[in-house]
Amino acid sequence: MQFMLLFSRQGKLRLQKWYVPLSDKEKKKITRELVQTVLARKPKMCSFLEWRDLKIVYKRYASLYFCCAIEDQDNELITLEIIHRYVELLDKYFGSVCELDIIFNFEKAYFILDEFLLGGEVQETSKKNVLKAIEQADLLQEVSKFNFSGQSII
Amino acid sequence: MCVLLISGKSKEAEIKRINKELANIRSKFKGDKALDGYSKKKYVCKLLFIFLLGHDIDFGHMEAVNLLSSNRYTEKQIGYLFISVLVNSNSELIRLINNAIKNDLASRNPTFMGLALHCIANVGSREMAEAFAGEIPKILVAGDTMDSVKQSAALCLLRLYRTSPDLVPMGDWTSRVVHLLNDQHLGVVTAATSLITTLAQKNPEEFKTSVSLAVSRLSRIVTSASTDLQDYTYYFVPAPWLSVKLLRLLQCYPPPEDPAVRGRLTECLETILNKAQEPPKSKKVQHSNAKNAVLFEAISLIIHHDSEPNLLVRACNQLGQFLQHRETNLRYLALESMCTLASSEFSHEAVKTHIETVINALKTERDVSVRQRAVDLLYAMCDRSNAQQIVAEMLNYLETADYSIREEIVLKVAILAEKYAVDYTWYVDTILNLIRIAGDYVSEEVWYRVIQIVINRDDVQGYAAKTVFEALQAPACHENLVKVGGYILGEFGNLIAGDPRSSPLIQFNLLHSKFHLCSVPTRALLLSTYIKFVNLFPEIKTTIQDVLRSDSQLKNADVELQQRAVEYLRLSTIASTDILATVLEEMPPFPERESSILAKLKKKKGPGTVTDLEEIKKERSSDMNGSAEPTSVNASAVSTPSPSADLLGLGAAPLTNSAPPPSSSGSLLVDVFSDSASAVAPLAPGSDDNFASPDLASSEVVSEEPADTVHDADELFHKFVCKNNGVLFENQLLQIGLKSEFRQNLGRMFIFYGNKTSTQFLNFTPTVICSDDLQSSLNLQTKPVDPTVDGGAQVQQVVNIECVSDFMEAPILNIQFRYGGTFQNLSVKLPITLNKFFQPTEMSSQDFFQRWKQLSNPKQEVQNIFKAKHPMDAEITKAKIIGFGSALLEEVDPNPANFVGAGIIHTKTTQIGCLLRLEPNLQAQMYRLTLRTSKEAVSQRLCELLSEQF
Repeated sequence: MQFMLLFSRQGKLRLQKWYVPLSDKEKKKITRELVQTVLARKPKMCSFLEWRDLKIVYKRYASLYFCCAIEDQDNELITLEIIHRYVELLDKYFGSVCELDIIFNFEKAYFILDEFLLGGEVQETSKKNVLKAIEQADLLQEVSKFNFSGQSII
Repeated sequence: MCVLLISGKSKEAEIKRINKELANIRSKFKGDKALDGYSKKKYVCKLLFIFLLGHDIDFGHMEAVNLLSSNRYTEKQIGYLFISVLVNSNSELIRLINNAIKNDLASRNPTFMGLALHCIANVGSREMAEAFAGEIPKILVAGDTMDSVKQSAALCLLRLYRTSPDLVPMGDWTSRVVHLLNDQHLGVVTAATSLITTLAQKNPEEFKTSVSLAVSRLSRIVTSASTDLQDYTYYFVPAPWLSVKLLRLLQCYPPPEDPAVRGRLTECLETILNKAQEPPKSKKVQHSNAKNAVLFEAISLIIHHDSEPNLLVRACNQLGQFLQHRETNLRYLALESMCTLASSEFSHEAVKTHIETVINALKTERDVSVRQRAVDLLYAMCDRSNAQQIVAEMLNYLETADYSIREEIVLKVAILAEKYAVDYTWYVDTILNLIRIAGDYVSEEVWYRVIQIVINRDDVQGYAAKTVFEALQAPACHENLVKVGGYILGEFGNLIAGDPRSSPLIQFNLLHSKFHLCSVPTRALLLSTYIKFVNLFPEIKTTIQDVLRSDSQLKNADVELQQRAVEYLRLSTIASTDILATVLEEMPPFPERESSILAKLKKKKGPGTVTDLEEIKKERSSDMNGSAEPTSVNASAVSTPSPSADLLGLGAAPLTNSAPPPSSSGSLLVDVFSDSASAVAPLAPGSDDNFASPDLASSEVVSEEPADTVHDADELFHKFVCKNNGVLFENQLLQIGLKSEFRQNLGRMFIFYGNKTSTQFLNFTPTVICSDDLQSSLNLQTKPVDPTVDGGAQVQQVVNIECVSDFMEAPILNIQFRYGGTFQNLSVKLPITLNKFFQPTEMSSQDFFQRWKQLSNPKQEVQNIFKAKHPMDAEITKAKIIGFGSALLEEVDPNPANFVGAGIIHTKTTQIGCLLRLEPNLQAQMYRLTLRTSKEAVSQRLCELLSEQF
C-alpha cells in the first residue's frame, strides 16, 4: 500500500499515512485530487478505480471516507477488508467510534494504525493482539481516554 | 488529553485562532523557563493537531526530538508520532533522532523497541537505513525477541529495503527469515511473508526454499476448519490476509518442480476454487470479500503459472459467473482478471465464450470504471475470428462513450482494425468511421498510420481513394477526414480520375471547397496536395495556379502558407514535366516499424500493460506489417533530392530539408517519420523549414519573385512586444539575440549575432531598413560591424533609436553574408514597436474614469474582441500589461476580474495619453480589449500589438 487517507464528506482530511517518500507539495496535490475524485463518485459505484498508475480502493463509513492507494499487483478485495478491520479496531477501542473520536484522539487512531499496518503491509490481523498492544500502552499512561458521543461510523 | 477545541465558525476565525495558539506555543518554547516533559508533550501534541488540520508547522521539531529521550512512555510516544508525521527524511535532526532510536532499540523494553521500529518504518529515510539496516535483521532472527517486536522488525526491514536495497545486506539471516514461515504465531508469519515476498522478487535464488514452506502453510490454512485459527479467522474465512500474501509470494516463482509440492499446491488451488461454489457461511459482505480476495489471488497464481489447462478453464468459468454478479466490485474485478486470462493460450478460447456478456456490460454498466474494464477485456480477447464483431461494438459504443475514455477507445479500435484486417477495405472503412464518429479524439498517430498503410499496400490504394472521395462529399466532415482525404487523393487521385464523377477537376473542387474551413496545418497539407495534382493532372494545372496565385494564398498572413503558395506556384511555372514528376513522385513505402498508435497507447496506459498482451498476440497472429514488403526498395534513393540533381539550378540547395526540427508547427508528417532517413520523401508536406533554405530567398531565380520574402516570424516578433530581451531569430547557421532599453522617446538596442557553425561568415553585413513612412517617424543609427564572423563567435551591434512621432510598421533587419561559398540573405522584423515609448502613469479610480469619459469620441476608441490564445492566467496577464509599458491600475475597475492600465507614449513631437481596459471572459475564453487615446492611429496600433499577447 502506498498511502491511506481518511477524509470527511466535506473533504476535510482526518488522517493521512504515507508509506512512500513524497514531498509535502506532492502529498497535498494527491490529497486534493483524490478527495475530489472520490467525493464525486456515486454511492452504487464500484469501490475501485484506476488513478495515475495506482489502484484506489475506498469505502465510506457514515460521514468518513477511507481511501487506500495500492499498487498494480495488490489485491483490491483484501484491501477493502483492511479498511474494514481498521474501522472495527477503532470501533472496539473507542466503543462505537465517531468522526470526533478520530479528530480529537488522532494520536490513538495513528497508534492503532501502526500496530495494524506497518510500512504499508499488514502487521497483525488479530483484533485481540492489536488492541492488547494499545491497551498495554494505555496502562502506562496517566490520563485515560475520553470518548465523544456522536453518530457511530459503523 | 490536550484537546484543542476549535469552535471557529468560519475559515478566517479558525486561522485567527490557530495563529494565536501557534504564537502562544512558540513563546512557551522560547521562554526562559524550561518546560517540564508534560507541557512539552502537550504543546508538541497541539502542534501535531494543528498540522493535521491542514496548517503548516515550521517549529517544534527540536522539542519533539527531546521527548524521544524521555523515560515516560506517553511523552516518548508523542515525540515519535510527531517525527513520523512531520520530519522529512533530509532533516538535520536525523542524527539526534537516530541516537534516540538506537537507545530504544538497545533498551530491551519491547514497548520502546516497538516505538523505535515503527518510527524507522514510518520515516524510512536513507540515513536511517544506513544506521539500522545492519541491526534490524539481528533483532528479527534473535531467539529471544518478542513476537510483536519480530513483526515490527520484519516490516521495518521491508520498508528500508524498498528505499535503499543496497544498504540491506543479504546474509545468514536470510535462511532464518524463511523459516519464520513455519512460526507458530500467525502474526509473525503474516509480517514475515510480506518481507520475504519483496526480497524474493529481487533475489529469487536466495529465497527459493520459501516455496515449499509457503505451500505447506497455505495448505494448512485452506484445509482448516473455520474456527481453528481463532482470532485469525475473519468472518468465517481462515487467515485471509496471510493466504493472499502466501499466494503472492508463490507468484515470484515458476510452478514448483518437486511433484509432491506441486501436487499439494494444485490441491490447495482446487480447494479454493471449490469453496467458491459452496454456499456462503455468512451473508455479510466481509465474508464474501475475504473469501473472494483469496480466490482472485489464487486465480492470479494460476494465470501466472499458466501451465494447468484444467485450472485455467475453471478459473475462467468462475470469473464468468462473477461477470453477472450483482456486486459491482466483483464484476469489475472479473473483467480485470479475465484480461490476463485472455492472453493465455489455454484459456483464450474459454474467455471468448463470454463475449456477449462483456459487450452487454459495455452497454449497461452504470459505472464508467467498469465500462473501461469491459473495453480492455474486449481488446484483450480480440482475435481474427471476432475482430469484426468487437470493432463494430466498440465503434457503436464510441458514439455514446464517456469523453474520458474516448481517445483510448479510438486507439484500440485503430490497432485492432489494423492487426486483424483480413482485407484492407474493411480497415479503411473502419478508420474513416472512427473519424466520422469521434473525429476530435482521433490523434495524429491514427491518421498518420492509415496513410502509412495505404501507401504501403497498393491493393487498397484505389479503394481508399474512392472511399475518401465519397466521404468528403458529406456537407460537414471532420478536419481529420480532410487531412486523410487530401493526402490520399494527392497520392492516388489518379486511380479514380477515370470515372467522370470523380474527374480531376471535381476532386480538386471538392477538396478546395473545404479549404477555407480548415486550420493552417491542414491548409498547408492541401496546398501540397494541389501541387501533387499539378503533376498528376496536367489538365487542371492552370486552375491550380490561379488558386495559388490568388491574394489569399500569396499574401496570406501565415508565413507557412505564404511560403508554400510562392514556392509551389514557382515550381509549377518553371519546372519541366520531368522535374515535376521527380519532385512530386508518389511517396515511397514507409519503412516497416511498430505502429505509432501502439506506442501512443503504451504511453497512455504505462508500460507493461500493453506489452505483454502484444507479445502474445504477435505470436498468435501474423502481423499485417510483417507481410507488407516495401514495394520499391530504391525508391527513396531515387527520390531524395541529391545536391547533384540541381533541382532548380540553385546549386546545393535541397528543397526538402533532411532534418526539419520536429517541433515546427507545420511539419505534419515529418514528425512521425523523422527518425528514418529514407523518409525524406519527394516533397513531403512537412518541408516547411523556413530558414533552412535561405538560398531559395536569395537566389536569382527567386529574387524575381514579387512576393515579400521577409521572414515574418510573427510569433517571435510578438514575443518582444512585452519584453526587451531574448532570441529574435535562429536557424542552423545563425542566432540573433536582442537586448534593449527605452526611456521616454529614446532607446538603445544591442543586437548579438552568433555564428553557430564552425566556419567563418564572410562579408557579414547587417542593415536596418526603414520604409519611407517609417523613416520620418523613427530615427535609427547603427554602427557597422566587422565583416568577418569566426565560427562559434558572436558580434554585437548597437542601434540608437529616437521616436519622432507615432508609427505603425517595424523596421526590417536584413543580413547578408557568405557561408561556405554560398550567399546567405535573410530579413527579420526588428521589434521596435510604439509601446516601447510608454511611460506608466499611476492614477486614482476617479481620475481614470474622468479621463476615460473625456476620450469618448468614437475615433479615439478602438476595441477588439478576440479568442484567448494562451491559458487565461491573471498573474501572467498582469505581467504582460506591465511589460507592455503601461501602469497596471489596481482597484480601479469595479469588476476585479478586469484589468485597466494607463500611460503616456512619448515621441519627440508630442505626448499621447493612453488608457486601456482588458475584460476577460473565462467561460467563453475570450477577451475584450479597449484602447482610448487622443490619437486614432495610436489607439489602433496599440490595440493591434496588445491583442496578440493574450
